[in-house]
Amino acid sequence: MKPVNQRAWFLVAPVLLLVAFTAIIPLMTVVNYSVQYVGMNTQFHWVGGLWFREVLASEKFWNALWRNLVFSGIILTIQIPLGVLIALNMPRKGWGVPVCLVIMALPLLIPWYVVGMIWQMFGRVDIGLFGVMLRDFGYNYENDPIDAWFTLVLMDTWHWTSLVALLAYAGLVSIPDAYYQAARIDGASRWQVFRHIQLPKMARVLTIAVLLRFMDSFMIFTEPFAVIAGGDPVFLSTELKQTVELGQKAAMSLIYFLIILLMSWVFYTVMTRDDGEPRTQGGVP
Amino acid sequence: MKQSRFAWIVPAIYILFLLTPIYWLVAMSFKTNVEITTRFTLLPETFNFDNYVKVFTDQKWRDVFANSIIYVGLNTIISVAVALPAAYAFSRYKFFGDKHLFFWLLTNRMAPAAVFTLPFFQLYSAFGLFDTHIAVALAHCLFNVPLAVWILEGFMSGVPREIDETAYIDGHSFPSFFVKIFMPLIASGIGVAAFFCFMFSWVEYLIADSLARSTVMPITTRLQALSQASGTDWGVLAAAGTLTLIPGAIVIWFVRNYIAKGFALGRV
Repeated sequence: MKPVNQRAWFLVAPVLLLVAFTAIIPLMTVVNYSVQYVGMNTQFHWVGGLWFREVLASEKFWNALWRNLVFSGIILTIQIPLGVLIALNMPRKGWGVPVCLVIMALPLLIPWYVVGMIWQMFGRVDIGLFGVMLRDFGYNYENDPIDAWFTLVLMDTWHWTSLVALLAYAGLVSIPDAYYQAARIDGASRWQVFRHIQLPKMARVLTIAVLLRFMDSFMIFTEPFAVIAGGDPVFLSTELKQTVELGQKAAMSLIYFLIILLMSWVFYTVMTRDDGEPRTQGGVP
Repeated sequence: MKQSRFAWIVPAIYILFLLTPIYWLVAMSFKTNVEITTRFTLLPETFNFDNYVKVFTDQKWRDVFANSIIYVGLNTIISVAVALPAAYAFSRYKFFGDKHLFFWLLTNRMAPAAVFTLPFFQLYSAFGLFDTHIAVALAHCLFNVPLAVWILEGFMSGVPREIDETAYIDGHSFPSFFVKIFMPLIASGIGVAAFFCFMFSWVEYLIADSLARSTVMPITTRLQALSQASGTDWGVLAAAGTLTLIPGAIVIWFVRNYIAKGFALGRV
């Protein structure tokens, strides 16, 4: 058990001050805006819950929220199984391991705007490899919302599936060989090994993967912005960026933030559930 | 577990899928604009380095690269420096409000950047910091400090508490113990935390773009301005885009075994 020591607050103080400056003050500004009307010459007028009612009654907000949820849903249904499939088939030893790890992690380290730019150059029907190949089938992400959706989902899969794969892989390599030997003695089939050994052992990392992918796809902005420059589909962050009226923008920010807060709580509960148990040190052995 | 003999096909196809768009970007960076816009060629007809020469000789391109590196570097140093003592406190002690604080840090890691761009502009303008490196470095602390605290806490909790106690008995003061004994023990953790701070600050676009608009413009803002303008110089854009892949490609080798751990906030 950890000893109680209130002086630990001194160690936390720098973080607290810094994050207060970068998070609390800005959020308070947002709260301030959300209940006021900013007129000419930046005169503030108290309007109470008007902006909140306006946002909650606005069809654009609900559409953006709905689009975001559908997007996250599609992303999870594709990337989680795909990531697990890749992890199951990744080499466990030899030169293939570092090659796989390094190349797969590469898209994760590309600036998000450049990810969008790469896919813009790849998908354009005039200059892109992908676009030119599909041009004859009527593909054009700039005119057709369905094609735009398809491109964004493909881009996100390209960008983030590795994260799921690497997390699942970290879970897989932590399974002791003895488990597999026991399974072989029992004559377990491949499916049974997966269902009763590998999947339970991966459950924790996969939960983390689902939550991370959900959160990040829920606040996606930069990559679609780079590809379609704020056109259709409009996600929550894009809608927020495009809202001009300060109060409305602030109210929408707060509603968005509350949704995130709720998700974070789920995340926190999952992440710290097993914290009491000893953790493996040093990542992938 | 023995994998099937053809298991390698799955990662091989996936890697091919990952590399194709990157290949296209790199190939484009060696083409002339005439070739890009008029002919469809899988391989550049001739490998010409004109686009790279243009990027390297243009003061503007050099400036935006330097700007990005400066604020990313500053942010990494600040984030890790303040996160170290805090992570130690979280991993070693119970104190009033510790769980709430730890949770609140996480919410900042998860907060959508779009929510913060509006107040950030106001806040940093009020302090006269708008359009400076330090403004972006501080703003990125929003998600990097929580990240560093969580990652470091994960590593520190793996070090047995007996080591601390022995050091205190041996007469070490807290600072001397922390710097001389404890930090070397979690050196890999510090490296991983620094890498992830570097990376998340490097890939971020929205906040950097809204806080550094002219004199300290980051690389991605310039790419954005040029890629959505008419008469785009695709060759130069592709060359500059290719160059932005290099920092990630260099450091990735050193952290290849920690990638999952870092993304999972030290909890794998």
